[in-house]
Amino acid sequence: MDQFLIATITGLSTAGIFAIAASGLVLTYTTTGIFNFAHGAVGMLAAFSYWQLLDWGLPTGVAVAVVLLVLGPLFGLLVEAVVMRGLFDAPETSRLVVSVALLAAALGLGVWLWPVDESRPLDFWFEDNFLGILGVRVRWHEAIAFILAVVVAIGLRVLLRSTRAGVTMRAVVDDRGLASLNGARPGRSAALAWALGCSLAALAGILLAPAQALSQQTLTLLIVNAYAAAMLGRLRNLPMTFLGAAVLGLLDSYGFFYLPTDGRFGPYLSTFRFAIPVVVLFIVLIALPSARLRTNAARRRLAAPRPTWFTAGFQAAAVVGGAVVLAIGLSDADALRAAKAVGFALIALSLVPLVGWAGQLCLCQMSFAAIGAVCMGHLGQGGNPWALLAGALIAAVVGVLVALPAARLTGIELALATAAFAVILDRWIFAMPDIHLWGMTLSTFNRNPVPVDRLSLPFAGTLTTKGLLVALAVAFALLHLLVVAVRRSRAGDLLLALRESPAACATLGIDPAGTRLAVFAFSAALAAVGGGLYAGTLGSISPSSFDLFQTLPLLLLTVAGGVAASGGAIFAGVVLGLIPVVGATFAGIAGLLGILPGTMGATLGRNPDGVSTQLAERLAPLRSKPAVLAVVVVVDVALALAWANDVLGGWEASIAAFLLPFLAARGVNATRAPRTARLADPLDGLEDRRLGPADVSAIDEALALAEVTR
Amino acid sequence: MTDPPALKVIGVTVRFGGNVAVDDVSLAAQAGAITGLIGPNGAGKTTLFNVISGLQPPTSGAVHLEGADVTRLPTHKRARRGMARTFQRLELFGILTAHGNVKLAVDVRARADRDIRAGVNADAEAYALLERVGLLDLAHMRADSLSTGKARLVELARALAIRPKVLLLDEPASGLTEEETVQFGAILRELAGEGMAVVLVEHDVSLVFAVCDVVHVLDRGALLASGDPSSIRADQRVLDAYLGDAGVPG
Ligand SMILES: Nc1ncnc2c1ncn2[C@@H]1O[C@H](COP(=O)(O)OP(=O)(O)OP(=O)(O)O)[C@@H](O)[C@H]1O
Ligand SMILES: [Mg+2]
Repeated sequence: MDQFLIATITGLSTAGIFAIAASGLVLTYTTTGIFNFAHGAVGMLAAFSYWQLLDWGLPTGVAVAVVLLVLGPLFGLLVEAVVMRGLFDAPETSRLVVSVALLAAALGLGVWLWPVDESRPLDFWFEDNFLGILGVRVRWHEAIAFILAVVVAIGLRVLLRSTRAGVTMRAVVDDRGLASLNGARPGRSAALAWALGCSLAALAGILLAPAQALSQQTLTLLIVNAYAAAMLGRLRNLPMTFLGAAVLGLLDSYGFFYLPTDGRFGPYLSTFRFAIPVVVLFIVLIALPSARLRTNAARRRLAAPRPTWFTAGFQAAAVVGGAVVLAIGLSDADALRAAKAVGFALIALSLVPLVGWAGQLCLCQMSFAAIGAVCMGHLGQGGNPWALLAGALIAAVVGVLVALPAARLTGIELALATAAFAVILDRWIFAMPDIHLWGMTLSTFNRNPVPVDRLSLPFAGTLTTKGLLVALAVAFALLHLLVVAVRRSRAGDLLLALRESPAACATLGIDPAGTRLAVFAFSAALAAVGGGLYAGTLGSISPSSFDLFQTLPLLLLTVAGGVAASGGAIFAGVVLGLIPVVGATFAGIAGLLGILPGTMGATLGRNPDGVSTQLAERLAPLRSKPAVLAVVVVVDVALALAWANDVLGGWEASIAAFLLPFLAARGVNATRAPRTARLADPLDGLEDRRLGPADVSAIDEALALAEVTR
Repeated sequence: MTDPPALKVIGVTVRFGGNVAVDDVSLAAQAGAITGLIGPNGAGKTTLFNVISGLQPPTSGAVHLEGADVTRLPTHKRARRGMARTFQRLELFGILTAHGNVKLAVDVRARADRDIRAGVNADAEAYALLERVGLLDLAHMRADSLSTGKARLVELARALAIRPKVLLLDEPASGLTEEETVQFGAILRELAGEGMAVVLVEHDVSLVFAVCDVVHVLDRGALLASGDPSSIRADQRVLDAYLGDAGVPG
């Protein structure tokens, strides 16, 4: 009984902290329509700043005041002004990605400012003082957390119901245009909401930190737990949010006190505690009624290139050619780095159909990759490539299982559900020992790193490091062609249509949820193949190579590179490959590079199509001049060979080889005569033009033929 | 006994919070006829269309398609049974060409019908539909570069691609020129002549009175009047609530 009381009181204190964090989230969401993924990271930054201020010798009260009243609100105002303001009418996916980018950037900032190799203890408030409640000794710190939650609840209610600022905040959500007609200033409401929201996140962070070892990822994830509470009220309902927080806090505490740590089930359940909130989140999301089908809210031109077979083949050849040159010129160690980058690009490629075309923001792509990697480790002994296929099939099934409940949800809910799934896998399932069921053994990591053998191919045998680099590039080229084939098929158009208007799709007889299931399965399979190949470059894998925090840079860099085409995946691979190289060359900015993916993702508001799509457009003129193209290729190959034979330096050769095609394309553009119309394949590069009389009569002729066969 | 009407709406009510957007509306649309639905802004016309096509679950009431209760069917299943619609706020796939929009719908229908006989040529069928609405020369324009009027016609062609039995049109003539509106009316009569049940929501009352066989008037969610165009035009309540002087020609 005593233990139950202790567990309950501890739970209510945790519940208070969750409630504070969750109400901040709800506040920003209802006022600005933006779900702040970075909320947890803001709390984390606040906790570290608080430690820093104490470390500098400030008294506790002053440090708390500085963090809650100055740093927190300031951060919120800054984010609102610099990043979020331009996003109000951006597509939902862009808004979500920017918010995820902010999370990654804040995490990177935290790691940069407070390197992970130092321990930073924090004391509880009124450390040695306890309070007697019903005969149980309760820390003042815990009691204060609970009391603060009640204060926040009352304060928010008063703010939203009874003050002018609060009433305006609620009006802004319902109709921004109307609210400003009535004299409200939406910008000011949003700023206020961000300042308050970040301050609440900071409070939660400070309250949570003393019970934990101060760690960036753990602290961020802990506050992410509060997301489940917010979701219970579908991000809009504060009383439900507080109820959700109470349930979560209690479950968390009972889990800690009562889950067995030994015995038959101990090993399987001891890590379950860390997954309880995300399991709750997942269940809440599953239980939510289907969202209404979205109509086309954002009217913004988006690109989704439809490469011709010639272009696609050329790109594939360029990737393989580039890998061959690197294999010739690089040392073994550098070739392995390059192979890792290609492996990463392979996983990134799986985002193209799912995120780029269907507009489904999935945050568990690395978990799918992990399935492929584990399969490669267990089934691919001796480097058997068939294990890749097994991984793809298993991942496709898992992808469907994840998407089955998630495909009916809105964008935010889907992103959260997939994030929850990723955390369930890496904090719980992957932390389990082998499972023995009905005479079968199900094995993931069995609490140890899993060795992965290097790929072995028929005729080639086990690959050398350089062979691996080329093999991965060939795999990338083949999967790129597969992705292009899908883009050029009816399925590609279907997914793009689904991104624009699920409602219109449904009125044409397309099942939006079913189509999403299919694309999830396809993407998961692609990710698993990529993961299996990537694992081969690591040699041995552990859950942390594939957790949620690895998905973030993958997603953000691919989106920044242009997630609607394979170029985005190449961009992600190149940047991730270059980060360690640049970091080694310029040691001073090494820490800063951790923020790079986040900041790149955050620029998306301005350039939603991504870098590679724009570059590809610049190169388009070359297609019409095969002679110029041939010259460019020959000169580039010559440059590469010059580098491989030490005639030219690496940087000089790469910069020249990179710039040459663009200069040539400009030249072609300047001299080119206007193109005459032709009707070979109407969709290849001829989109967006009026048909002339000749075209129309050609179609008429074709129609007459069709009439006969019908 | 005659056949059941192609579309039947039975006692449909939709509440948004305390706001009643559609209030116990019952009406029917016959195959081969054009049924008009008019009413002031905010009367609940679009909301009713959303209920009929399954995008908005009704608070109460039922929708029957060719005698079968489809109230619980999701939108795409209703579409496969022959219900098509256009949208007041355009819902074209902007990234595809006009032809791509229509072809996608043709493709989906052909697959759902298992209609893979050699004759089905989605490309040709899509061009033919565009020609029918007079847009062949714009076939290869990206949909998001079309003017509102042209885009509405593409939406019509796309809706026709599923070979609908019931066609719901939400303000299809807004954005059309006067000449285009006349042509459009002719197309509608043609479609009805082929046996389709056309339901037309439109603020251009002269078009409605010119082409409709039956007209229903909605006001603040409730059905105010129903009847043939001439009786609606003369109805004092309709004149007061909606038409004002506009209904009186000249
Ligand atoms: N999703 C929604 N949530 C809340 N209220 C809604 C929603 N959709 C419509 N309404 C309300 O329902 C009422 C009917 O709107 P509806 O769009 O159906 O009218 P309408 O007759 O189509 O008007 P218009 O001629 O302007 O198109 C309006 O008062 C509108 O504000
Ligand atoms: Mg309407």
